[in-house]
Amino acid sequence: MGAGAAGMIAARTPPASILPLKLDQVGYAVAGKPLLADLSLHIEAGRRLIVMGANGAGKSLFLRLCHGLLDPTSGRRLWADGSLRAGAQAMVFQRPVLLRRSVAANMDYPLALKGMASSERREKVAHTLDRFGLRALADRPARLLSGGEQQRLALARAWAMDTQVLFLDEPTSALDPSATRIIEDMIAQFSEDGITIVMSTHDLGQARRLAQDVAFLHRGRLIEHRSALEFFAGPAAPEARAFLAGDLIW
Amino acid sequence: MDSPFSTALNLIATGDAVLMQIIGLSLRVTLSAVLIACLVGLPLGAALALSRFPGRGVVIVTFNALMGLPPVVAGLIVYLMLSRSGPLGALALLFTPTAMIIAQTLLILPIVVSLTRSVVEDLWDEYRDQLRSLGAGRLRSVPTLLWDGRVSLLTGVLAGFGRASAEVGAVLIVGGNIAGHTRTMTTAITLETSRGNLGLAVALGIILLSLTLALNAAAWGAGQWARGRLG
Repeated sequence: MGAGAAGMIAARTPPASILPLKLDQVGYAVAGKPLLADLSLHIEAGRRLIVMGANGAGKSLFLRLCHGLLDPTSGRRLWADGSLRAGAQAMVFQRPVLLRRSVAANMDYPLALKGMASSERREKVAHTLDRFGLRALADRPARLLSGGEQQRLALARAWAMDTQVLFLDEPTSALDPSATRIIEDMIAQFSEDGITIVMSTHDLGQARRLAQDVAFLHRGRLIEHRSALEFFAGPAAPEARAFLAGDLIW
Repeated sequence: MDSPFSTALNLIATGDAVLMQIIGLSLRVTLSAVLIACLVGLPLGAALALSRFPGRGVVIVTFNALMGLPPVVAGLIVYLMLSRSGPLGALALLFTPTAMIIAQTLLILPIVVSLTRSVVEDLWDEYRDQLRSLGAGRLRSVPTLLWDGRVSLLTGVLAGFGRASAEVGAVLIVGGNIAGHTRTMTTAITLETSRGNLGLAVALGIILLSLTLALNAAAWGAGQWARGRLG
């Protein structure tokens, strides 16, 4: 698992790491119907894990379950610091939900929730705006930004939260190619900062560009989890092979 | 004899003391009722939107139904509570402006609660995962959702104001339409019309209409501004 063949960037593991995240026989069922079953894997610090699979394979559910928006109905989810839902994590959704206030205020909101002092918050927001080139948008109402700008803000907001692991659920699927590129660059920067990336995508090109490890889901089950080099060289599971070949699988 | 309209305009232009006193009391009663209904109704509506408990549907339907509570019935209920032999009779509030505020609060509260619930519930559908992800629990989400729904909520608050400023039944029953004490614009119009004193009635009618028009224009303007400004 995670052979590291594609790992070009050394992970700078932050102090008191919440990673690895261990899933042990995790399942999620609604009204007795299993949507995810028997998931066992470790998410290692500092890596970029791409979650792949057809529509309905359970990619979104998997990310939500890891992040803690959903709790497993069977099995265990354990962070390295022993908590059930660690604090230093963030998630970026397919369509970012921004509050009806300014860009800077959107960034400030989760920091205030954490109880950060206002002077510290102001500094952090200013630093984040500068780092991701959002300074000029600071006072603009977040809801009126373009789709690409909104997603940049959502990512920057996650970065400002000092997250150790970032979950991304198809963050570029609603964006045009140039906005997609900017988002991919940001994700690469996060990774360089040592932030662990767990991201779903249905874009094979994007998966090839970003993946160090790949987890392939099929009908709610994890059927492959290996380094990206190995996976793209030729996955073992026939469903994954068919997926890479562009076949529709159900 | 002058027409009611010229009398009315004359009363307004000269700032007739009786007229001003009636307007002042009406505004005081209705604005107080709106304020109290908001203080109670906004959090209550938001809590109702975010909570799940047995009987929640019954509560929601009840509040929706109470939006149509006839003012005279609201007045009757408050009258029964406050009358000498009623449970709160000892407070001696009947036929005072306070009683009128209570009755109008009762009329506005269901509007504020129902509208807040519906606005916040829609927002919550959209925001739930993101707010949880950012670290906001349900309780902390309430002020955020109310603030983000502020433009829609303003409409509900104005509907409440409109209902309270327009009604006669409740304030008449619990206030008693006592001159200089509990006489509001609507009760005065009722009385003066029946007495044939149309000048004052028309003057009050004009003011009541202008007030409603001005408030709604302000709300519409605020809404337009906010849509452009906040998205």
